[in-house]
Amino acid sequence: MSAKLAERTAARPGVIRRIRLAIADGLILTRRNLLHYVRVPTLLVFSTVQPVMFVLLFRFVFGGSIGRALPPGLNYVSYLMPGIFVQTSIFGATATGVGLAEDLGKGIIDRFRSLPMARSAVLAGRTTADLFRNLVVVLLMTSVGYLVGFRFQAGILFAVLAVLLAIGVGWTFSWISATIGLLLKDVESVQAASFVWIFPLTFASSVFVPVDTMPGWLQVWAKADPVSVWANTLRSFTLPGDPQTLNLGSSRLALALQSGLWVAAILAVFVPLAIRAYRRTG
Amino acid sequence: MEGSVVVVEQLTKRFGHVWALAGLDLEVRQGTVVGLLGPNGAGKTTTVRILATLLAPDSGRATVAGFDVVRDAEALRSAIGLAGQFAAVDENLTGLENLEMVGRLYHLPKAEARRRARDVLERFGLASASGRTARTYSGGMRRRLDLGASLVGRPQVLFLDEPTTGLDPRSRLGLWEIIRELVQDGTSLLLTTQYLEEADRLADRIAVIDGGKVIAEGTADELKSRVGGEVLELRVADRAEVARAAGAVIGLGPGGAQVDNASGDITLPVGSDGPGILAEAVRRLDAEAVILADIQLRRPTLDDVFLTLTGHATEAEPMDGDAERATSGRRSRRRRRERDR
Repeated sequence: MSAKLAERTAARPGVIRRIRLAIADGLILTRRNLLHYVRVPTLLVFSTVQPVMFVLLFRFVFGGSIGRALPPGLNYVSYLMPGIFVQTSIFGATATGVGLAEDLGKGIIDRFRSLPMARSAVLAGRTTADLFRNLVVVLLMTSVGYLVGFRFQAGILFAVLAVLLAIGVGWTFSWISATIGLLLKDVESVQAASFVWIFPLTFASSVFVPVDTMPGWLQVWAKADPVSVWANTLRSFTLPGDPQTLNLGSSRLALALQSGLWVAAILAVFVPLAIRAYRRTG
Repeated sequence: MEGSVVVVEQLTKRFGHVWALAGLDLEVRQGTVVGLLGPNGAGKTTTVRILATLLAPDSGRATVAGFDVVRDAEALRSAIGLAGQFAAVDENLTGLENLEMVGRLYHLPKAEARRRARDVLERFGLASASGRTARTYSGGMRRRLDLGASLVGRPQVLFLDEPTTGLDPRSRLGLWEIIRELVQDGTSLLLTTQYLEEADRLADRIAVIDGGKVIAEGTADELKSRVGGEVLELRVADRAEVARAAGAVIGLGPGGAQVDNASGDITLPVGSDGPGILAEAVRRLDAEAVILADIQLRRPTLDDVFLTLTGHATEAEPMDGDAERATSGRRSRRRRRERDR
């Protein structure tokens, strides 16, 4: 028997095989998480109803007043929709933490942790599934936007870039959400906690209103807020012409670079934090 | 074949200031079933969680199937199966999908994972429900599915943490039947339970655990003989007569009588001669004209084993389990589940 055990210890998979297995395991869990939306379609319905309400609320209720603060030649729906893409992606990311807390609560994470699968798979599978869900939601929001007068005006390439940036932001926030979910471990706490940090980030930003209508002290925050950077970058991808004249602050390239840096910085902090939190869930 | 598949030496684990495990020693020999018997908070779940690599020990050593739980955790996981106290199945997947997923995560090829999933479903009487989501399953079916999930990988060592807690008696019997069959296939099993009867029915050897330590170890018969076999329990109709009744029956059995003045209960270990002592007790009490509300012979319970081994009852010891739950943040989760049940 000891000979057999020694043999098994020696047969530890090499790096390439380990990476292949990690990807395979991640995909198995991605599929599992996506199946939930097939089995319980209301999950997807509810993650789209709220963003649609936001579009209608801001387009038709607040839009008239906010529109007057915009530079001439820019209509509110063109300003609003890129902001909505960012806001929707960030709000949607809370599902990552909630899903993980739910799995923890049901003991499913315990089962996964006792299996010889890759340690990365639970987080990879969850964030990847949420990436796909967010893609569906963003595409749906695009259709709703088109119904209320929004258009991609900078060509197909920038339209694709806009969608990629929106889901990239959502994916980035999935890792923040995952960290919170794994630390708090309780679905209701995770939901309550999410809005504490999400509200100031999204509402005190350029998502719904131009920043220069805010009081000076708040402008400092709103201009530094990465959510403003992403919203403005998305605007530069959807509006025609030179973004500088549209009061967005910088050129397309400069905005895109800033956006990328913010995404990289948040991932650099929260991917390790989430992994550490996952390791400590025992 | 006479190897040990689980060896635990002086294992400790502390949650905050409470020692959940305070130097636990344990051994499971290949192809045998060991029952880890103890009250809530004795350290049963902590032991299983450490052996299944879900939790790292503070000190001590443990190996499963020859793999160290800390150094060789990854290799160890492919040799074990774990079914927890709570059915850890995905409610939104079908029975078949649940088991297939677990099979794939053991890195079985797709076809093999499916074949084994079907086998397990068939064997556990879930074949006709295999296409339904687990949400629609009854509590007993979920437990069987959970147990099935732990078997898809054909583990060398199986850990079952309170497999029948919360089940109705019929489902419990069904699950015992399944576990007994498994064991006949030669799977080594470590089972935790709060029920002496369960350990008695399923385990070859029983380790009684209290305060994070094994306080007694042996076969069910060995443990029961330490308690003194069966127990005579009687209740007087008029509490004022408790002392007189106790005086009449004391000295009948091999051990001392336990008298509860508040309830009027008298408990007396009777060794192997239960019926004889019962008859004699009734004669003496009749002669004393003590009126009884109830009198019975019963098999010893965990409480009796505990009382004999530790001098205290089981209820007094839920302490470290609470601390464990609070520290690892699982309190709300259990509370929620208890509500669900």
